Amino acid sequence: MGLNVFAEEIPYLLIITLLPIVAGALLLALPNRHKLIYNVALGVATVTLLLTVLVFLGFDINGDQYQFADEYTWLPQFGISLKFAVDGISTPLVLLTGIVMFTGVIISQRIDDRPREFFAFMFILASGVFGVFVSLDLFMLFFFYEIAVFPMYLLIAIWGWKETREYAAMKLTLYLFIGSVVALIGALAMYFTSGLNTFDMVDLAAANFSTEFQNLWFPFVFLGFAVLGGIWPFHNWSPDGHVAAPTAVSMFHAGVLMKLGAFAALRVGIMLLPEGAHTHMWWVILLALVNVVYGAFIAMRQNDFKYVIGFSSVSHMGLVVMGFATLNQNGFIGASVQMFSHGVMTALFFAVVGMVYDQAHTRQIPELGGVGKYMKIPTLAFIIGGLVSMGMPGFSGFVAEFPIFMGVWQAYPWIAIVAVISIVLTASYIIRIVSKVFFGETPAEIADHLHDVTRSEKLALGVLAFFLVGLGVFPGMMVPMFAEGVRQIAPLIGLGGF
Amino acid sequence: MFLTLLPEITLVVLAFVVLTTDLALDRQSRAFLPYLTAAGMLLAVIFTIVFALPGDKPQLIFGGMLRHDWLTFVFRLVFLFGALATVLFSAGWERVARRGEYYVLIITSTLGMMLMGASADLVMLFLAIETTSIPLYILAGFITEDDKSTESGFKYLLFGAMTTAIMLYGFSMLYGFSGSTNLYWIAGALMSGELPFISMMGTVILVMAGFAFKVSMVPFHFWAPDVYEGSPTPIAGFLSTASKAAGFAVIIRVLLTAFPLEAFGGVDWTMMMAIAAALTMSVGNLIALAQTNIKRLLAYSSVAHAGYILMGIAAASELGGLSVVFYIIVYLVTNLAAFGVVAVAERTLGSNDLEAYDGLSRRSPALALVLLISLLSLAGVPPMGGFIAKVLVFAAAVEANMVWLAVVGILNAIVGLYYYLIVLKRVYLFRSEEEDKPVPIPRPSAVALTVCLIAILVFGTIIAPWFDYSGIAAGALF
Amino acid sequence: MNEIPYLSLILFVPLLAAIIIALLPSENKQTVRWVAFIASLIPLALTVWVWLNFDAAVPKDGFKFVEQATWYEAINSTYHLGIDGLSLTMVLLTTLLTPVAILASFSVEKNVNAYMALFLMLETGMLGVFLSLDLMLFFVFWEIGLVPMYFLINRWGSEKGERELWGGIKVKARAYASFKFMIYTMAGSLGLLLAIQLIGVAAGTYDLPRLFEIWPTLTEFTNINTTVAVSTWKTVAFWAFAIAFAIKVPVWPFHTWLPDAHTEAPTAGSMILAGVLLKLGGYGFLRLVLPLYPEQANAAAGVLVFLAVAAIIFGAFAAYGQRDFKRLVAYSSVNHMGFVMLGIAAAARAIGTESATIALNGAVLQMFNHGITAAAMFFLVGVIYERTHTRNLDEMGGLFPLIPVYGGILIFTSMASLGLPGLNGFVSEFLVVRGAWDIFTSATIWSMLGLLFTGAYILKGIAKTLHGPLNKNWVGHLTEINARELAVITPLMVLMLWLGLWPGWLLNVINNAMVALFG
Repeated sequence: MGLNVFAEEIPYLLIITLLPIVAGALLLALPNRHKLIYNVALGVATVTLLLTVLVFLGFDINGDQYQFADEYTWLPQFGISLKFAVDGISTPLVLLTGIVMFTGVIISQRIDDRPREFFAFMFILASGVFGVFVSLDLFMLFFFYEIAVFPMYLLIAIWGWKETREYAAMKLTLYLFIGSVVALIGALAMYFTSGLNTFDMVDLAAANFSTEFQNLWFPFVFLGFAVLGGIWPFHNWSPDGHVAAPTAVSMFHAGVLMKLGAFAALRVGIMLLPEGAHTHMWWVILLALVNVVYGAFIAMRQNDFKYVIGFSSVSHMGLVVMGFATLNQNGFIGASVQMFSHGVMTALFFAVVGMVYDQAHTRQIPELGGVGKYMKIPTLAFIIGGLVSMGMPGFSGFVAEFPIFMGVWQAYPWIAIVAVISIVLTASYIIRIVSKVFFGETPAEIADHLHDVTRSEKLALGVLAFFLVGLGVFPGMMVPMFAEGVRQIAPLIGLGGF
Repeated sequence: MFLTLLPEITLVVLAFVVLTTDLALDRQSRAFLPYLTAAGMLLAVIFTIVFALPGDKPQLIFGGMLRHDWLTFVFRLVFLFGALATVLFSAGWERVARRGEYYVLIITSTLGMMLMGASADLVMLFLAIETTSIPLYILAGFITEDDKSTESGFKYLLFGAMTTAIMLYGFSMLYGFSGSTNLYWIAGALMSGELPFISMMGTVILVMAGFAFKVSMVPFHFWAPDVYEGSPTPIAGFLSTASKAAGFAVIIRVLLTAFPLEAFGGVDWTMMMAIAAALTMSVGNLIALAQTNIKRLLAYSSVAHAGYILMGIAAASELGGLSVVFYIIVYLVTNLAAFGVVAVAERTLGSNDLEAYDGLSRRSPALALVLLISLLSLAGVPPMGGFIAKVLVFAAAVEANMVWLAVVGILNAIVGLYYYLIVLKRVYLFRSEEEDKPVPIPRPSAVALTVCLIAILVFGTIIAPWFDYSGIAAGALF
Repeated sequence: MNEIPYLSLILFVPLLAAIIIALLPSENKQTVRWVAFIASLIPLALTVWVWLNFDAAVPKDGFKFVEQATWYEAINSTYHLGIDGLSLTMVLLTTLLTPVAILASFSVEKNVNAYMALFLMLETGMLGVFLSLDLMLFFVFWEIGLVPMYFLINRWGSEKGERELWGGIKVKARAYASFKFMIYTMAGSLGLLLAIQLIGVAAGTYDLPRLFEIWPTLTEFTNINTTVAVSTWKTVAFWAFAIAFAIKVPVWPFHTWLPDAHTEAPTAGSMILAGVLLKLGGYGFLRLVLPLYPEQANAAAGVLVFLAVAAIIFGAFAAYGQRDFKRLVAYSSVNHMGFVMLGIAAAARAIGTESATIALNGAVLQMFNHGITAAAMFFLVGVIYERTHTRNLDEMGGLFPLIPVYGGILIFTSMASLGLPGLNGFVSEFLVVRGAWDIFTSATIWSMLGLLFTGAYILKGIAKTLHGPLNKNWVGHLTEINARELAVITPLMVLMLWLGLWPGWLLNVINNAMVALFG
């Protein structure tokens, strides 16, 4: 797999991480002309996507655990360095971020209120996300994590849905902020307790924290991050946030940010405090179970199209946490694949929801109907996303959920039996939307507004759908990478084998 | 010794120059005064860096009254920078821009602060504090035609006088116990272990009263919102940054040198400071929630920030000292920027009510951006300096086994984030009827704001050098 | 072992064709139809080729035309295809019925591209189930077939009819039916999914030939953190499999989705639904349940036989009670598939005996036969519905004089369905009953009673449509069956007769497979 064209010297990860934020700063200096801003933003997003694709293709599955490694001193006195590297788990997530960023920019073409600020904030957000995925330094991970959180407030509050945006934006920001600072305290405790004077996660993982320490701090660190992963009962911010956010931000948010929480919970919580994880996972998996089943139930009851998707994210992210909570390789592989799959899937969902809302000006399911007649490609895309969502074989959701459930079987057989109910619930709410919104009669009130979407929007949907189907049909295109990443961390965490 | 005092001497000279030029110039030309002041201060900065660089060993000068070490050095720069920015903001603030005596008072006060930061002797310390405070009383009430300003000056004076009196009482007891006014001597005397615990703690409390007033620590914070609200806005900024920094400079020096922890054995002042820190940030943040005036909001926020800084002091460790210095540096530029924006906006908006800030981002994107960055830095969001500063004080607390304090800090950080976001919501989200009227930024303010903005971002991203300097400065105490 | 991956070709040619058809311009409907039809002939031709080259005398668990490739390495699942006599029979049925059904759908006017594409995708899904030799792959195709079927019913189902839900909300009958179909089957597959995962985790592989060896004798779950006995887990997993397949078959009392789905589906959809989809359930029992759970199946045979008999009797009664012609035919499926279950249940009880093998032969042949007759019956119902726009038996009557050719065909097909000796239905039902007689005598007697009612409802159907007083409304309106429709029904009729007279060519293949599997 490894391509030789990658000179060691080019710091791909550094460029990927900093390009968006620098571009965002430069955007602020440009005149606020819509077309110019959009084109520049699209250019930057395209370059970033290409870079992430390069990293993805260049990652050698048979190579070292951490690749594309780069290190720059940052605060040596405190043991902090800008240490970037990707492993098998984070590489696809970097690609995911690239995809969502690219499609998000395209979908945001119609933003006409202060587009300059919009794209700038969005790019800052993107940088934060990239930074978390590639940081091997605990402190830098937090640093980027927080960078990823705060632009959300503005993006939602300014460009969001008028009805709830202030409330939702504030709720989201506070929830995430609380989570992250709680985790930060845990990280500081690790730093001082280890006595290594380093924030390097590879070193900290080998620090042999005492069992008592791990048992005490694991819940803080894990839950602190899992808040962003939408874990019940701290999931409340997420559906509100998703719904209030403008389309591209919902895509980013549900598509990537929630993964950030799960990923950081894995990297910091489970990898650094494995014994704590083994002690506490029995209740984490119960929380995740509530997520999975309860989220799906609530989604069934929603009348707002976007809320359905919002709660479906809660349900699906529960599966990710559940996979991690199994503490075995199958669960981990599945959870990692689910992160990618769900990321692309919700991005696609929110993109389609946005397109429908832009034209119909309503998201109430009873007020919609027959949209499929006007928007063929978005309908097809939504159906594909729906099939992924319900774990239909042949789509990425199945490839992800199957190992998760296998892992759950290994660890907690009874939970697998309960959790699987969510699949039927998911199917029922997805079918409801598909048949009510996209097919059926078109109400007269919205019929006049509906028209087809632009070519570039179709392109964006196509990119997203490609990954959903591709991964479902050829799991080999990504799963071996995840599997290898999981295999490499397995001894560290003491994961159960197959 | 002459060279090490050169910055102070420069300020004294500058004060005379400004005073005399003021007399010589007509009203129109007096617009030149702030630039003259700024130039002089810049000169003082240069002198500080070039001639007054401390050596490896601390140096006692002025008959042992002053101690010339890295702490002194760093705080000198902090005060000078604060004063410089304040002068630049004042240049665009019409009601004070052309008043020579206004600048003289700022210079004098700055001089006092610089001496505060360097004092190694109780007598010198008291003098320095008064040199700082008296000009500030006047400055706070400088706009005599405004009742609020007058009230503010008078209130400040009364509070100041009272707390200074208590502090002085504490000083006298210290002298009585130890037979010396030199801080380092006092430490030795206390270390002898002959003093009862109750007297030592009592003295700490008495002495702290005066300092606590300076840094607006709860329960000595009542003056802050009223005084900030009434004072000329640049002065409010000055009070909340440089003056507060001076207070902290004294606190860390006095507590860490004159009251060494070893002298107490078991229960010492760290717990007291930790409780004070927790109270200060909680009270500041919670009351800030209810504010509708941006100056009052920033006043309470600055009370809260005093609480965060006290966390570092409560840790009473090298990292704690370092975090305090770092925090002060970052806080200085951040809060200056925030007050700078308020000062600029006030000229056009004509009000300091939060409502007046509706739609500011449409009226002046640049000003809104500065406010955004400074408030987010205050809230502790990366890549702004405030994040690093907060992390460091939290780290100090965790290191000192005060996890509970760090948790209180977290909760406060969240409350803080909330009200900062409320302001930003108005700026970015709300619309107003006057959206088409731009908000011009006077050039000197623009310069100062740009510098602050860059500093905030630099402190938040390229940390290592500042971390080092803070470490060296704090190291002078141990 | 083959140079050319015949099975993959059979499997994916329809999918490829579906993609091409989806991309064709939609203006020229006739082209689209013909492309779809010709594309569907390719798998048929390939299947016939495979059939001719298939060496029926297989060794034990010898699968032919095996293909294996990496697919989902991380969980030890491979792309593993292969056939034996059982799957080949089912593949032949599928590839045979699909072109017929496509030809029958030439009258579809709405969204022809999408319709044809979905139809071909459906074929891939069904073929995948029959061809998979990997449990996970099996499940993939098992589920994926639902999606096109859902849309076929939902989009192209009958226009009329409403259903009232709780709270008085009215939805279209086809929306209701498709939703019920989807949820019912998905819910049924949940248990299957879980049980498959259980097997995969416990045995560490999804490869069927290996599982046939490992799983039945596995006595310890090293990979699973549980204190529950292995035998309990196996019983639970057995029921999970059994219920999933029983829903698909469908066995009473899991059959309620079927009348709705069949009735609301478009004609060709019903043909495939009854002709092939139901067989997936029976195939699942034969391919997976019996080999993987011989003990549990043996223990549960009593229950299965009860369900089978219930399906036969209640299916017949229910069919007799219908006024809607299509519903009548739909319930007849329940009735007929009951015989498949009877054969399976008998085999489960006495696996390895001669009677069991005979019963199994009967069951497989019954699946094939029912595939053909049910498809033909649904088609004929569709023909008359297209002309009269009603399916209500009471509104018809005495149509024989108006449409004699159609009438003749209907009677012929009905007789095959009824099990008239000389036609195909007789052979298979006889074999099932003959095999089951030794094993479950009383149940077999009850099922014979059920067969009596089969005759009753089929005769009722004929009588209500063709005989009796002529309903004057139709004079002049009702046209005779046309050439295309004749082209659809002819091959089916030929097969009915052929299998009735000389079933040996098919039974030989089936028997070899059954002996190899269970002998």
